[in-house]
Amino acid sequence: MIPISHYLTVSAILFTTGAIGVLMRRNALIILMSLELMLNAVNLSFVAYARMFNDVGGHVFVFLSITVAAAEAAVGLAILLTIFRTRETVDVDTLHLLQR
Amino acid sequence: METFLFWVFAIVGVGCGIMVVFHRNPMSSAIYLIVTMLCLAGFYALLAGPFVAVIQVLVYAGAVMVLMLFVIMMLNLREETLRREGSMIAWLVAGLIGLVLVLYVVPLFPRTSAGTPPAAFGTIEDVGSKLFTVYILPFELTSVLLLIAIIGAVTLATRRTL
Repeated sequence: MIPISHYLTVSAILFTTGAIGVLMRRNALIILMSLELMLNAVNLSFVAYARMFNDVGGHVFVFLSITVAAAEAAVGLAILLTIFRTRETVDVDTLHLLQR
Repeated sequence: METFLFWVFAIVGVGCGIMVVFHRNPMSSAIYLIVTMLCLAGFYALLAGPFVAVIQVLVYAGAVMVLMLFVIMMLNLREETLRREGSMIAWLVAGLIGLVLVLYVVPLFPRTSAGTPPAAFGTIEDVGSKLFTVYILPFELTSVLLLIAIIGAVTLATRRTL
């Protein structure tokens, strides 16, 4: 029988990996993918705690957060496409128009 | 059997998660992310959540990642169009901070092992009856959010200038 802490540890490692990706990478596509990784890590801890407390509410919230993540991916990728059309790059370090 | 499956999913999932962040080619990153999501679906199945496991495969590994791959192919990024990512020292510091964070948080987790779940725990009927009674307001609000996302994505993607 696997203790719940093991699942939570995997979730913490995945979340940290995603956070490092968001902070360190410059490719906007990889940043979006790291964001999805972080959302997935949180979903895993939701399901683990739902199992621990025998409360199915955690599953409902995972269902809702997957919906939100899908919406976020659609809008984020649409923004990315618009940026690529005008700037010909997805490097986030070159997007500093507001700094001037 | 449960222990064996857990360790397979854990090692493959975390390994592919690290590859998502560290691989240079966005296409390979996306494929690794799909593998990580399938491993997470396996975790959900182990945690007595068949409904969320199926939703994870359908929506994440299916819909969201196909959208991502589609955009990657549309942008047609070559590896040399991007400058070198970060310095070695910055990566090392980030990794170290991450490791310290994980090591600090992990001891706080509850060590208890969950007992056997109720008979119909996590089935579609179980999740659905909660979703349409207790959590009806969040469910309805999500539909509004999806409508906003559809309109936003279509207007953004069809517009020529930023």
